[in-house]
Amino acid sequence: MTDTSFPMGLPSRYERPSALAFLVYAAAIVIVLWSFAGAGFSIDKVISSPPRFADFIDRAFPPNLDPKVLARLGWKMLETLQIALAGAVIGIILSVPIALLAARGLIAPTWINQIVRTGLGFIRAVPDIAWALVFVVAVGLGPFAGMLAIAIDTIGFCGRFFADDMEAADKGPSESLTATGARKLDVVACATIPAAMPAFISTSLFATEKAVRSSTILGLVGAGGIGIELKVGFDLFDYPTAMTVILMIAVVVISIEYLSGWARTKIIGEQR
Amino acid sequence: MSVRCIRTQATRSSTISLVTELSVETLVAPARPDQTGAEISAPVLPVDLRVTGLAKSFAGTPIFKDVSFGLSRGEAVAIVGANGTGKSTLLRCLMGLIPADAGAINVLGTDVRNSSSAGLRAMRAQMGLVSQKHNLVPRLSVLSNVVQGLLGQRPGIRHWSQSFAPIASREAALAALEKVGLAHLANRRADRLSGGQSQRVAIARALVGQPKILIADEPTASLDPAAGEDVMDLFFDLARQEGVTVIFISHNIDHALQYGDRVLGLAEGGMPLDSRASSLSAQELRGLYD
Ligand SMILES: Nc1ncnc2c1ncn2[C@@H]1O[C@H](COP(=O)(O)OP(=O)(O)OP(=O)(O)O)[C@@H](O)[C@H]1O
Ligand SMILES: [Mg+2]
Repeated sequence: MTDTSFPMGLPSRYERPSALAFLVYAAAIVIVLWSFAGAGFSIDKVISSPPRFADFIDRAFPPNLDPKVLARLGWKMLETLQIALAGAVIGIILSVPIALLAARGLIAPTWINQIVRTGLGFIRAVPDIAWALVFVVAVGLGPFAGMLAIAIDTIGFCGRFFADDMEAADKGPSESLTATGARKLDVVACATIPAAMPAFISTSLFATEKAVRSSTILGLVGAGGIGIELKVGFDLFDYPTAMTVILMIAVVVISIEYLSGWARTKIIGEQR
Repeated sequence: MSVRCIRTQATRSSTISLVTELSVETLVAPARPDQTGAEISAPVLPVDLRVTGLAKSFAGTPIFKDVSFGLSRGEAVAIVGANGTGKSTLLRCLMGLIPADAGAINVLGTDVRNSSSAGLRAMRAQMGLVSQKHNLVPRLSVLSNVVQGLLGQRPGIRHWSQSFAPIASREAALAALEKVGLAHLANRRADRLSGGQSQRVAIARALVGQPKILIADEPTASLDPAAGEDVMDLFFDLARQEGVTVIFISHNIDHALQYGDRVLGLAEGGMPLDSRASSLSAQELRGLYD
């Protein structure tokens, strides 16, 4: 049975890497080692840190569970979630028209696709905390600056991925609607967007998770939310309160991820 | 089959110059079986569609070339040919959905290859297409899918969904569903239909705008034999009673011969067959596939 009737025999399971591939691998290893050096990697510090880390843990525990502090942090956490949700929703809504312009072969000519995609790339390249700094300058300290930062960050993310989702959507229904004589915009609204909808929902849920994570540190630069409490806790060496903040953030972020995973299966899983 | 008038194959000898004066050109149409035999001279009807020297290739691979034919109003034409000979591609070229490489296409007075997009939309609004893959919009209801068939004639948000559509459009959509026997599934989601049901919804979507030309790509491929006959009878009636020009692709030789006035056959990168169905035998037609 092993003697097959294929004249060439079966192709081998693995390919031997070419000389070029070998050079690429070697170069990659060198670059990684070089990066460790650049990052100031020091075995001494790794060895000496556990005692200091233990010291921090020792001073931070037990976390501050004073009801008054908890209430204050709770309200701050709520504000954080409000910033995240408001910013994400505005960002997601604005992303739809922007993605329509960014998607190739949809309604806009290629040169517009290019410009919009480059703009979205720029938005993503600027870190969310930098956007927060910019908006603090523009609209002043407070949660509104944070919300704007989250919104623009969400546009950078959703604008790009919504566009990719629409480009990847099944072309059949849009061809059939084009064949009825429908205008491009009608075809997009009736066929392309519904076809891409599950992907949109999935992307939007990711964007909301991302927004919650970002919103927890916006306070570091005065853009609202619970981040300010973290900064104050460390600045005043009030490690138990800082620890409470860290634990709260962890619980909230993990819950949001769980919730969004649940929503994803509920909304999309069912529709398969 | 009933009386069919004999017609010369004017279509084969057509030239580009013919295309330009298409609006005044006429061909002899096949006689209607329901007409009284008193009339000897056949009615003269305008040409709906003329293709001359059409060629199409994908990325350098030629699919067909030098395809020429013409259709007069109310004619039912079957297109046959083996898998991959370019039947679906030909239909896409006819509607301007993909660009052709060479030749001329004139449909309902529109020069498809040189028309503006507004001109193409106006032409398509008078046509109905049933795609080989049905191409319903999933997640929307059956009724919404059929209402969207009116988008060419009535653009805008009101025809995005049956929920916003005017009463007249909703009624027209339901009537079209009734014709294919699926009115009871109007609220079903399109991605929850069986293959044959979705095919019939696609047919209803093509019929709802009362097209002058109906183009159907293997409209009976997913249908059981009885439903297939029903659909072909429906198309045949549209051609006979309402003067709709029907073009259908079929791998069913009996359907092609029984329901087509004419049979066009694609093979070997061209269209070697263009005959009246009554003068063709099933045996001859089978020869096309060898
Ligand atoms: N968009 C495309 N890009 C490249 N090649 C294509 C494309 N569409 C069709 N083809 C090729 O063109 C040829 C004709 O395809 P077409 O779908 O027109 O065949 P068909 O006659 O309708 O076949 P079937 O009977 O299977 O439906 C096939 O070889 C197909 O692979
Ligand atoms: Mg086909």
